[in-house]
Amino acid sequence: MHPLLTQEEGKKLLLLGNEAIVRGALEAGVAFATTYPGTPSSEIGDNFFRIASVSELYFEYSTNEKVALETAAGASVSGLRSMCSMKHVGLNVAADALMTLAYVGVRGGMVVVTADDPSMFSSQNEQDNRIYARLSSLPMLEPTSPQEAKEMTEAAFELSEALELPVLLRTTTRLSHCRGIVTTGALKPLHTKGTFEKDSSRFVTVPANARVRHKVLLAQAEKAREMACASPFNTITGAGGWGIATSSIAYNYVSDAVQDLGIQDRVKILKLGFSYPFPDKLAVEFVRSIDKILVVEELEPSLEYDLKVTAQSNGLAIPIAGKGPELFSRLYEYDPGMVREVIARFFNVDYTPPKPVDIKEDPQSAQLPMRPPNLCAGCPHRATYFAVNSVLAETQTEAIFPTDIGCYTLGLLPPLQTADFLICMGSSVSSAAGIARATDQRVIAFIGDSTFFHSGITGLINAVHNKHNFILVVLDNGTTAMTGHQPHPGVDLTPPGWDKPSIPIADIARACGVEQVSAVNPINLAKTKAAVKEALDSNELSVIVAKAPCPLYERRVTDKKKKKRAFAVGPGCATDCTTCIDTFGCPALYKDSDPDADTPMIINENMCIGCGVCVQFCKEIRPKKIRAKGGD
Amino acid sequence: MDNHRVYLTGVGGQGTLLATTVLAEAAIRAGYHAVTSEVHGMAQRGGVVESTVMMGDIKSPIISDGEADVLLGFEPVETYRAMRKCSRHSVVVSNDVPVIPYTVAIGKGLYPNVEKIFDFIRSQVKQLITVSAQQLAEQAGSGLATNIVMLGALAKSGVLPIPKEAFEETIRTKTKAKFVETNLRAFDLAFGSTAENKGNH
Repeated sequence: MHPLLTQEEGKKLLLLGNEAIVRGALEAGVAFATTYPGTPSSEIGDNFFRIASVSELYFEYSTNEKVALETAAGASVSGLRSMCSMKHVGLNVAADALMTLAYVGVRGGMVVVTADDPSMFSSQNEQDNRIYARLSSLPMLEPTSPQEAKEMTEAAFELSEALELPVLLRTTTRLSHCRGIVTTGALKPLHTKGTFEKDSSRFVTVPANARVRHKVLLAQAEKAREMACASPFNTITGAGGWGIATSSIAYNYVSDAVQDLGIQDRVKILKLGFSYPFPDKLAVEFVRSIDKILVVEELEPSLEYDLKVTAQSNGLAIPIAGKGPELFSRLYEYDPGMVREVIARFFNVDYTPPKPVDIKEDPQSAQLPMRPPNLCAGCPHRATYFAVNSVLAETQTEAIFPTDIGCYTLGLLPPLQTADFLICMGSSVSSAAGIARATDQRVIAFIGDSTFFHSGITGLINAVHNKHNFILVVLDNGTTAMTGHQPHPGVDLTPPGWDKPSIPIADIARACGVEQVSAVNPINLAKTKAAVKEALDSNELSVIVAKAPCPLYERRVTDKKKKKRAFAVGPGCATDCTTCIDTFGCPALYKDSDPDADTPMIINENMCIGCGVCVQFCKEIRPKKIRAKGGD
Repeated sequence: MDNHRVYLTGVGGQGTLLATTVLAEAAIRAGYHAVTSEVHGMAQRGGVVESTVMMGDIKSPIISDGEADVLLGFEPVETYRAMRKCSRHSVVVSNDVPVIPYTVAIGKGLYPNVEKIFDFIRSQVKQLITVSAQQLAEQAGSGLATNIVMLGALAKSGVLPIPKEAFEETIRTKTKAKFVETNLRAFDLAFGSTAENKGNH
């Protein structure tokens, strides 16, 4: 049984923030869940995926966040409780749907999880999605711990049904990926079949209806504000004339800092878990009771501005500070030491920070080798990039490489360097069109399979219709690898019990109107190079689908070890030839540090998966006879 | 109840995240409140993987510079790189077996002398304990048990108030059934064999 399905109440589980959200949804009787995977939100969908296979819950990996949100909305307007989860930038994709879903509202409770990524551990930006609550007028809850994530998720469903509005639940990487003790409550039975009751004056947003519905939304938002003022998630604790206002993960840093500095009896803390609509009455009560306020919130000064507006509207003029020099930054995530230091400075408390060990005092640190992430040994993306680079070198052609979001973005790094432009999911295709049209440069764009389904197709149709000229290489490894190997509509290597149709990418490209479409296995270097050469020569819009499974995924799904081929570097390997390092960069191929070694290069047999790509470009690398014992 | 902040660092594939969860579960078994943090996603592709375990009355899941009580380093250079998390008061437990970074493997960097970086660490912190985790793991039956060897070395050091039995019981219940025997052997080997701050390893 899936551990999150335990019927036992009062059981203490050590859960990730994301797992706690799933448990909270189950305790609220969620019946319908959708997502598009994205760090740091992925484990929410992955747990629902496993739970759906053993329960009545419906779950899908949708093709993108907008589709996920609309699908979940369809379930909620039909009376089911639904959850839709995504990373922060995913909400940009879904924003069009969200803004007007707020107007029509829902019937069954609907919770939209947005997982923000301050410091950009795994993202292209660190936008603060609290602003979406203000933009959409929808309520937002912000947990500070896994236990609270579970409680707030459950409460969010109740709130959603009480207001007939979707509710936003915002986490950050540190909450989604921290583990804490969570006490289980009772699981609610699922209500898995609903009815769509027609009401076109509410649900069809032609202007005449939308005007009415906007008014309804604002009225509901005012009700939500009253609820926020009375919410148990919004509290004033402590005593004294100083004030700290905080929310989300930063609350933990504040709470620890107040203990560490020993100022518990001098500070009141306003903690906002139900942070939007801003609970103005509670805030006024807080502002009236103290002399000065420090606002501790990561990223944008959202809470700070709300407090300042509320204070001004009520004729209160105490100092309220948050962002600024000597205070907090709008950049990156915070940490306990930084928060402690700013609190001490702001309230003038004696504090000496600990002295960290500084390796710069050690001369050896000057040459410390870096350890950047790298495409795995045997990764088919490397083979594709190598083939493209080889053809360009052989034909003395220079190309611009718009790229996209996935493992293959690591092609950015030397020696491949196959990334020149990237802003968001799907941008490879459409930006390639613009660059090709605006310049005389050759453009070769790269997009992953899951990203192609997510947002590559409309750009491709646009390119056909507007006669743009570039090569699009679809790096099809049969899975959404970067976020943990989730399936997508094009998968054919599937987990047991998978019964969904697969939609081939080459067929889609042809259906979009692309005339030059080829499909190659990138592990076959000659054929891949021929396809690239042909596309370059044709000088018109071409799509190359480079299809070979992600070896990590293949190993996981098939659960059997392939007979591994082994390779070795032969004695002819010349000391001054470093082609394999300079152009291919497989982590299993490396320089022997022993100057007296037989060959300057060696293959790490533990790392090598035997893909055999290197054999095709270096005649010194040869298959090795496998000892009978170590056959697999 | 006293507080303990443990910082774990290693290389993707070394099993630091499993070690993080086992350590936290063992702390809970020992009667502590525990919070952990992990980093997932792109950072894991052969890069550095960092995580934390906080024991006691601590709400913050992460550790600021200079504030780790214990640093558990799964790889010598990564231990060294994470030294900013330590202060004079820290205890460092480190694997002494390098995982050569790709930059070094292709001749675009030099791997430092492990003894020399350990000498520096020794001069900066309260105690450095080193363990040849890879060898002990292989001796236990699988190189994959390196993470459990590191926990064995940590348990033996006695810097955390977690009894041996709490680790063993957690290994029994929270690691994959087919690896439990190997893991327990790995833990016991490390528990009996750490070279304590002797200047050689």
